[in-house]
Amino acid sequence: MGEGLSPAEAEALWLSLRISSVAILTALPLAFFTALLLARRRFWGASLVETAVYLPLVLPPVAVGYLLLVVFGGRGLFGAWLFTTFGIRFVFSWTGAALASGLITFPLQVRAIRQALEAADSGLIAAARTLGAGPIDRLLNITLPLALPGIVSGAITAFAASLGEFGAIITFVSNIPGETQTLPLAIYAALQAPGGEVAAARLCALSIVLAIIFVSLGDLAAKRIWR
Amino acid sequence: MSLEVRLQQRLGAFTLDVAFATKGQVTALFGPSGAGKSSVVAAVAGLSRPRQGRIAVSGRVLFDGTSVFVPPEARRIAVVFQEARLFPHMNVEDNLKFGWRRTPNKAAAAPITHVIELLGLELLLRRQPKALSGGEKSRVALGRALLAAPDMLLLDEPLAALDQPRREEILPYLEKLARETKLPMLYVSHQLDEVARLADEIVVLENGRVTAQGPVFDMLTELGAIAGIPPLGAVFDAIVSEHQDDGLTRLNFNGGVLFVPHLRQGVGIKVRVRLRAEDIMLALSEPFGISANNVLACTVTDIRMLGDHADVQLLCGTSKLVSRITEASRVRLKLEKGMSLFGVVKAVTVAREAG
Repeated sequence: MGEGLSPAEAEALWLSLRISSVAILTALPLAFFTALLLARRRFWGASLVETAVYLPLVLPPVAVGYLLLVVFGGRGLFGAWLFTTFGIRFVFSWTGAALASGLITFPLQVRAIRQALEAADSGLIAAARTLGAGPIDRLLNITLPLALPGIVSGAITAFAASLGEFGAIITFVSNIPGETQTLPLAIYAALQAPGGEVAAARLCALSIVLAIIFVSLGDLAAKRIWR
Repeated sequence: MSLEVRLQQRLGAFTLDVAFATKGQVTALFGPSGAGKSSVVAAVAGLSRPRQGRIAVSGRVLFDGTSVFVPPEARRIAVVFQEARLFPHMNVEDNLKFGWRRTPNKAAAAPITHVIELLGLELLLRRQPKALSGGEKSRVALGRALLAAPDMLLLDEPLAALDQPRREEILPYLEKLARETKLPMLYVSHQLDEVARLADEIVVLENGRVTAQGPVFDMLTELGAIAGIPPLGAVFDAIVSEHQDDGLTRLNFNGGVLFVPHLRQGVGIKVRVRLRAEDIMLALSEPFGISANNVLACTVTDIRMLGDHADVQLLCGTSKLVSRITEASRVRLKLEKGMSLFGVVKAVTVAREAG
């Protein structure tokens, strides 16, 4: 990449980072509470919730994109109401790409947070109880800080995975340069154009660099564990 | 204080059926591993809920069958766990203040500076728990529990995870704590020497049941059989000071000198010495021409009459000794508190290096 990024490449890179950031950060609180629910409570229907949460991990991303279209599309069950009531539209918009990415990587986040919560030493939580800490107090001051490295590591890994999301995005919000054309979609577009192999290779190299950076960051966060 | 515990709980094949009441300041819950001590601790702390029973501290009912269950966070019983359980994401100072910040009666809590001084924590406050030694962790855990202004301190084998030198490092702090704070304590241990040094009363637990209970001094000599260790008598540290030409090794301790058959430990090494109550005879005047190598000048501090025999507690320098004599001898010698006399030591056991 001798002469740096072209404006179009920079745009795809920036869009990828923006969409993934919004996707991960928006999904994080929801993923946290889902993980808390699954880690702590043995409630009726827990396995059903678990299955539903992990579904996006195993479904074909194209199917997820299609289902999003059915629900949030312009004539979708929920999408039409959102548009007429709030003027919110997901289709053909970068926010739709963020929704698709967030949904696909949701199971990764839930799993990482759940593992981190379950790994938080129950002996320390019991110690906090005997020192007068109630349930919310314990969650905020003991469980959460102990789980934080795992949560951060999970979020970064999900972010890295989100950068590579293709099927759900292209199905749900199409491939629009500057709006929904993230790096993988740009690679795909380049390959469709005659003589686009060089451009595709450059974008591919960029993706590899990004992947390495964020996977390493995730590892680093996981190792920054107290004790 | 008074502590009342009545518990019935089934744990797999093991049945816990325990009842005891105590009024001592420091009560030891003593018994071998697997006797059910941990289950009693969990129930008293509120970390488990027994099937049936009643737990009350100083008249405050914490658990009563199905009607009352005060959760641990509201029990005001601070626990010192075996593994210290310091919060790894907080420094020592924040660990210390964790319970204190959550207690409604901060005014009643021991002043922080006092606890820090009592436990010698001044230089550790900014450190993270992972940078502490085992003994330091124990001291911080102790301080954290104290500062929570508890009604009772529950110590669950706080020294069991430590090696002997560290144990010796912490015991003096515990003794100081028991003397100075007057805080009621339930001290769980399977170490007779810890119990002997700290407790006023002992509750002996075996196979999930209370088999004996009473004041420490009355019970010490009988306790040996339970844990499979010899009767205690007195235990203290001494320092090897000379290997003599006559084959004896001279030991210095707080109270005088002991001569024992040659020891392999070098001069300056600290050793732990045990004098069994049965091995100390008493003489009103300094005896001469006897085979025993050791005669110690002592003062009588207490006498417990136990039917046909009596245990005479002696102070030799600052070391406490116990002599068991017959009731007839006690009457003949007209022993009284405060008397000065001589203890003739028939045998000395050097238990191990004290570190």
